[in-house]
Amino acid sequence: MYSNKVQDFGTPARPAAKSVALQIDGQPVTVPAGTSVLRAAALAGVNIPKLCATDSLEAFGSCRLCLVEVEGRRGFPASCTTHCEPGMKVRTQSRKLADLRRGVMELYISDHPLDCLTCPANGNCELQDMAGVTGLREVRYGYAGENHLAAPKDESNPYFTFDPTKCIVCSRCVRACDEIQGTFALTVQGRGFGSTIAAGPTNFLDSECVSCGACVQACPTSTLMEKSIVDQGQPDHAVDTTCAYCGVGCAFRAEMKGSEVVRMVPHKDGKANHGHSCIKGRFAWGYATHPDRVNTPMIRSKITDPWREVSWDEAIAYAASEIKRIQARYGKDSVGGITSSRCTNEETYLVQKLVRAGFGNNNVDTCARVCHSPTGYGLKTTLGESAGTQDFDSVEHTDCMIVIGANPTDGHPVFASRMKQRLRAGATLIVIDPRRIDLVRTPHVAADFHLPLKPGTNVAVLNAMAHVIVTEGLAREGYVRERCEVDQYEKWKTFIASPKNSPEALEAECGVPAASLRGAARLFAKAGNGAIYYGLGVTEHSQGSTTVMAIANLAMVTGNIGRPGVGVNPLRGQNNVQGSCDMGSFPHELPGYRHVGDAGVRELFATTWGVPIQDEPGLRIPNMFDAAIDGSFKGLYVQGEDIAQSDPDTKHVQKALESLECLIVQDIFLCETAKYAHVLLPGSSFLEKDGTFTNAERRISRVRKVMPPLAGMADWEVTVALSRALGYPMHYDHPSQVMDEIALLTPTFTGVSYDKIDRLGSIQWPCNDAAPDGTPVMHEQEFVRGKGRFVVTEYVATPERTTRKFPLILTTGRILSQYNVGAQTRRTENKVWHDADVLEIHPHDAEQRGITHGEMVSLQSRKGETTLRAVVTERMQPGVVYTTFHHPESGVNVVTTENSDWATNCPEYKVTAVQVVAHAKKSEWQRGFDSFASQQEGLLPKTAVRGDVR
Amino acid sequence: MDGKKLVKMANDIAAFFAAEPEPKVALEGIAGHIKKFWAPRMRRELLALLDAGGDGMAPAVREALAAHRRLLQPATR
Ligand code: SF4
Ligand code: SF4
Ligand code: SF4
Ligand code: FES
Repeated sequence: MYSNKVQDFGTPARPAAKSVALQIDGQPVTVPAGTSVLRAAALAGVNIPKLCATDSLEAFGSCRLCLVEVEGRRGFPASCTTHCEPGMKVRTQSRKLADLRRGVMELYISDHPLDCLTCPANGNCELQDMAGVTGLREVRYGYAGENHLAAPKDESNPYFTFDPTKCIVCSRCVRACDEIQGTFALTVQGRGFGSTIAAGPTNFLDSECVSCGACVQACPTSTLMEKSIVDQGQPDHAVDTTCAYCGVGCAFRAEMKGSEVVRMVPHKDGKANHGHSCIKGRFAWGYATHPDRVNTPMIRSKITDPWREVSWDEAIAYAASEIKRIQARYGKDSVGGITSSRCTNEETYLVQKLVRAGFGNNNVDTCARVCHSPTGYGLKTTLGESAGTQDFDSVEHTDCMIVIGANPTDGHPVFASRMKQRLRAGATLIVIDPRRIDLVRTPHVAADFHLPLKPGTNVAVLNAMAHVIVTEGLAREGYVRERCEVDQYEKWKTFIASPKNSPEALEAECGVPAASLRGAARLFAKAGNGAIYYGLGVTEHSQGSTTVMAIANLAMVTGNIGRPGVGVNPLRGQNNVQGSCDMGSFPHELPGYRHVGDAGVRELFATTWGVPIQDEPGLRIPNMFDAAIDGSFKGLYVQGEDIAQSDPDTKHVQKALESLECLIVQDIFLCETAKYAHVLLPGSSFLEKDGTFTNAERRISRVRKVMPPLAGMADWEVTVALSRALGYPMHYDHPSQVMDEIALLTPTFTGVSYDKIDRLGSIQWPCNDAAPDGTPVMHEQEFVRGKGRFVVTEYVATPERTTRKFPLILTTGRILSQYNVGAQTRRTENKVWHDADVLEIHPHDAEQRGITHGEMVSLQSRKGETTLRAVVTERMQPGVVYTTFHHPESGVNVVTTENSDWATNCPEYKVTAVQVVAHAKKSEWQRGFDSFASQQEGLLPKTAVRGDVR
Repeated sequence: MDGKKLVKMANDIAAFFAAEPEPKVALEGIAGHIKKFWAPRMRRELLALLDAGGDGMAPAVREALAAHRRLLQPATR
């Protein structure tokens, strides 16, 4: 359960449209209409006993502990299911009520082990509390009768136990799984006394359960209990912080014992997650104290030399001297830096400042280059701001959603649960994805349209849909003419209405029947509020930016921007993708998306930073690699990013890294990139530092330090030290001062400060004089760029074509239990769910190649070859295979190509022509990987960690 | 840098602007994009490749580079 130090109001809040006045125990109380008597009492400070009710779930009325008396009514209604009515007079305590409640408790306790002193919930158990408040003194029935006290525990889930002897069958867990998570994994089996809770046919691990933890929070007893609490006991204090995994940015309470985390619990007041979580944030935090953590700085002059453990001072001095040496020899522009979307805003800001002011060039880029850079370009061009338009709560008002190139149940699980809630309540759904992702059909949710397009044809599909809308008179002409540039609209309209963009003309190319394209377009255009959600299946294409603009076109032409329920919503992969982009990580932009060519902006920064800023864009990540190979780029500082594993065309990346004279890697583990490094600076996990993350809805939330940095320095302090050693001292005592500087220099952040975030909980930028409390929905009155701009989005087929030699298309993605390169999640029990990357292939393609389920197969492209285990599944369409890149040894990026988005160079991870061959052994690359890994292992100091060497 | 890659990148940009009905706007678009996002050393090399015959360059790229050479030519550094 939640900590009993957090108040539980018993039933959910109701929106305050109308209010109702009543009396509870003689006290006048006014609450929103629809509020339960139980909640109204709690709001007035009167805690009515309860067991089956909790404020995250709708009332159920089964335990009969919350009975009250209402003047003028007969009987004893349950206060959780009774709504407040005007003038009602409620009595919560009387002798009769006390007797009734004691009777209920007596029955519960007669079938409950009395091992409270040794129970892990001791001190935080609602049953125990209720026994106390109802004054239970004896249990007359004894244990002699039938009971459940011998039922075995289910310990199959690595993170929590299910001990049925403690279960009171209140069904809070079942309802949490249904209502909040939407997985419907739990059932109440049997009836009456014989009823029990069951997860699937055998146990939790083998059930549909996705380990979100909602049932564990909801359980009022120790039946469902975190194993960390079983092992370590109850926490002694808690600190509010933010999940460091995906772009949903869930708020958490880190529950602590001293400086040790014992549990992470989603924060009920978290505005992104409203008390929900997924397996990663809730349970997969053990990596932070994993023995593989690098805790001592190390240096070496060649990557074939043994590592030498040194002091921080020596490591920093060496790194700085190398940067200076390289710049003196090869010129100022021969070095650069890479910021990470896994780091805080403040850290990212400091790295780009270090590059621009300390290195004196603009060679700074971020891993968003390889994920959402097309979002930045596409949305800035069309709408005027490089960010999603809505908050997550907006989905409550959505009538029809398009999900394109995103797999929210795996990639953005907490928001997927919100989507499913809305879909169960009646919104319609269009899924545009080559795979039949889970959202297409989950319990009580079915997509109205699944358009299983061929990878690489997003633009064709979106153009065809827009064609239908324009030619069938479904465009919102009034909205468009008022809000958008009319001449551009006319140009676009002529283009889109041309027969080449009709569904019939494009169906062969995109593989989606024209009738489905027409049906989906009509459904979306005619829905009241239409919202588009998208992910990397949109951006990671040679037409990534074009697709983002086609999405914006579709939203504008249907009038779906500028109010709750609508909008263009990029689902960001990593926790701080939005933030790292906002902070000026791109080589052409200073913080706040302002081009380095703008003299006024440059002047502002130059004055504050005290150094001139270059007026030309620097190198992007793939350009840095090319320049490294051609010998003009020699030094690189990488903070918290594993480019050797995550970037495409691995062999090319390896060659580039080998060409560097100084690679400085700052990471919490010896990641793949670190194996090519000359300086290794230990990083700090999100638990070890202060800062902020900005999630997919532009929400800036605090990350709070709950333990000291394991290696002694927080990441921001390391960047500051490096800058000082380079001769450009920065003066900060705390990350809050970095945020103050960001606010000073960035118009969309002028109202942001740590004090205000503490006060409001979180802030969605823009936050300034015009919007002092932040901006949940953008472009309300007008677009940020003034008028919305339609852009002609011609479909251009990817250069990556299937051939006789490579007849299949490989597309890549993520799974729920692992995160990005897996450096964190592979070091947790999440590996129980996914201990290796696999290749999903359709039965037809498998049969043709003589491939059986579970065998090792060779995956080959014109770039390279690797070996994976095959999973034969009808989720795939024939001709398309799929895998993930969570494990370095699978070498998926050995196969991916150098093709990239025309506008931003975001790599085309989603389309690679491949062949799959049965009965494979490790590929040559994998054998090379193994031997390089063991060579690098041999170069580590004996005392040091092993890291990702295997 | 890898000249072939630079040409491919420029050609990809030109392919996007090919849908622009007004040729002048398309050429401005191509050149403007390259100026805005490409580091000077990349632009310098692209122009050198044009001068060396522009092997593999899409006609629109050649035209755009020729028409907007002054914009694209980086100050020497
Ligand atoms: S497991 Fe917990 S929440 Fe579920 S029915 Fe039993 S006591 Fe209630
Ligand atoms: S952990 Fe989540 S998915 Fe699993 S049973 Fe509990 S609520 Fe359902
Ligand atoms: S949904 Fe994302 S932010 Fe929320 S707990 Fe899961 S990984 Fe963390
Ligand atoms: S809390 Fe109201 S019936 Fe259980």
